Amino acid sequence: MGSVLCLVTAAEGAADEVSLQALAAASALAAGGAVHALVIGEAGAAAAGAAAHELGAWGATQVHVATHPSLTSFAPDAWARILADLADTLGVAAVVGPGSDAGNTVLARVAARLDLPFAANCTQVVPGDTVVVTRSRWGGSLLEEAAINATRAILTTQPHAVAKTSTGGSAAVATFAPTLDDADLAVRVVGHVDAAKAGVSLAEAKIVISGGRGVGSTDGFAPIEELAGLLGAAVGCSRAVTISGWRPHTDQVGQTGTKIAPDLYIACGISGATQHMAGVKGAKKILAINKDHEAPIMTGADYAVIGDLATVVPAISAEIKRRRG
Amino acid sequence: MCIKRVPAVAGRITLTDGDRAIDARYLGFTIGPHEECGVEEAVRLIEAHSGESVVLTLGPAEATEQLRDAMALGITRAIHLVTDGEEWDGQSAAAAIVDAVRADEATQGPFDLILLGNEAADSGGYQVGVRIGRALGRPAVAGIKGLAVAEGKVRCEQEAAGGRDVYEVPLPAVVSVLEGINLPRYPSVPGRIRAKSKPIAPSSPERPEQRLAMIRLVVPQVAATEAVILGHGPDAAPAVVDMLASLGVL
Ligand SMILES: Cc1cc2nc3c(=O)[nH]c(=O)nc-3n(C[C@H](O)[C@H](O)[C@H](O)COP(=O)(O)OP(=O)(O)OC[C@H]3O[C@@H](n4cnc5c(N)ncnc54)[C@H](O)[C@@H]3O)c2cc1C
Ligand SMILES: Nc1ncnc2c1ncn2[C@@H]1O[C@H](COP(=O)(O)O)[C@@H](O)[C@H]1O
Repeated sequence: MGSVLCLVTAAEGAADEVSLQALAAASALAAGGAVHALVIGEAGAAAAGAAAHELGAWGATQVHVATHPSLTSFAPDAWARILADLADTLGVAAVVGPGSDAGNTVLARVAARLDLPFAANCTQVVPGDTVVVTRSRWGGSLLEEAAINATRAILTTQPHAVAKTSTGGSAAVATFAPTLDDADLAVRVVGHVDAAKAGVSLAEAKIVISGGRGVGSTDGFAPIEELAGLLGAAVGCSRAVTISGWRPHTDQVGQTGTKIAPDLYIACGISGATQHMAGVKGAKKILAINKDHEAPIMTGADYAVIGDLATVVPAISAEIKRRRG
Repeated sequence: MCIKRVPAVAGRITLTDGDRAIDARYLGFTIGPHEECGVEEAVRLIEAHSGESVVLTLGPAEATEQLRDAMALGITRAIHLVTDGEEWDGQSAAAAIVDAVRADEATQGPFDLILLGNEAADSGGYQVGVRIGRALGRPAVAGIKGLAVAEGKVRCEQEAAGGRDVYEVPLPAVVSVLEGINLPRYPSVPGRIRAKSKPIAPSSPERPEQRLAMIRLVVPQVAATEAVILGHGPDAAPAVVDMLASLGVL
């Protein structure tokens, strides 16, 4: 259907996984046409250049590296302008990016600049005069098939929905200096606040133990904290807990909380709403502790204990201590 | 603050209308978590800085329920762009909101800040805020979990590796917020009573040709596993610990 342009985001000199997935979707859309990849030299041209050189192996046929003295930090409108201008110069039929926070805001801005529709978080793309996509709604609990009625399709790919594809090819890398003005740089990162480091981070923990409404109170989390301590686990929670003020929102697991991928997820007193389960899709095994044997989580979990978490959780801790001697 | 009425889904979704809508007969309606926090943020900003807060929705006649809910929390007045209930794509929703903002500003004076959710709970479009910013020529910041207004500027914080990135843009601005920016309050009974007499200004924009045109909705197939019951009550502890040992996580 013609050539396609794909935004590739990179950290520490390597393209991120979600961008390689976007590149696979871009190749599918191009259906044999040119696949242009754009890397924007936020952290200096050298790191961007390093990321650029691997992209031929993942489907890019031509790599563009944009560097500009003002691009010392993330500036979404500047990124959008660079993409939109390059799309015009190359006359591409589609512009694709990763469905990350950065990717979605930049591609939405490209669509706003060009007055085109924007399809966020696509799980499937079908090339054609009218591009047809399948996209994620409700945090993935529902899919939508939609037609993009435009001469140029603007879209992002849902993280981990499209497999990256190794083509073993290589691509020429060309560096260029984009045109930017002050208005493009009005919105940009001007500072950074370090987070206080505390315990095992939810996103990286091998085991996560979460409590839901069934925990009943802030203090109700004490047995969960104890078990987490014994297992080296991070403690999470459901939205029912955060909106009750029992735990901070940073502990929330789910669609509007943190998405986690532990080896084991233990859900205590959590019903298993789709928006909660959207955050634990990456978990290898799930153990549910719930007093209701008909709770929806019973069909999403691998193992279950039916009972009151207030007695079950301490019993598990006691048994671990007993075996460890 | 812009809000969108959506069905309160939690379990498995069933479809209706030729697979083009969620069957909401047995569901209530709500607004998304990001938007709940946006309403709270608007109320707090006005409490701290004085002025007026306005809630806007583009949605069916029944969406007055969500407008009243927001006004019960302290929002001053509402703008209702009444639709026949059909969904509008991000591009046409943004355009209608921009027209309404321009019309309101012509008589009521300019908004310093336009707040939105980062993405709507149902459609997850990730775009209405930045489109409004672009159309009005105002800076638009998205994905925000911390916000402070001072000296004609808004400072916005966004979660990033190892902490938070900071943006600072001049007012007037457009900010799309995320759940977690604050802990929303619950409505009080007097708040609910006051909300009944707060003004809602209705208008009926025309729905243009949709450029992101829904063909149909599909409920994804998930392999429903039936959990292995390890036991009942505290007696299950040994079986649980055996399972932990077999997974190698002890
Ligand atoms: C757009 C949107 C985004 C959302 N995002 C998220 C999100 O990111 N994360 C999230 O979690 N939710 C999210 N939600 C909310 C979600 O729909 C549910 O409301 C929420 O997950 C319910 O939390 P819960 O399971 O703790 O509470 P409930 O649904 O009330 O379930 C409590 C469970 O605990 C059990 N129980 C009670 N007492 C005990 C006891 N003593 N021992 C054992 N079991 C007990 C009950 O049987 C029940 O199954 C979102 C909703 C929307 C609309
Ligand atoms: N129909 C609507 N009425 C009012 N606000 C809306 C509407 N659709 C979207 N918004 C606002 O724009 C945000 C982002 O929506 P979207 O870009 O569609 O994901 C939402 O969280 C709302 O704040």
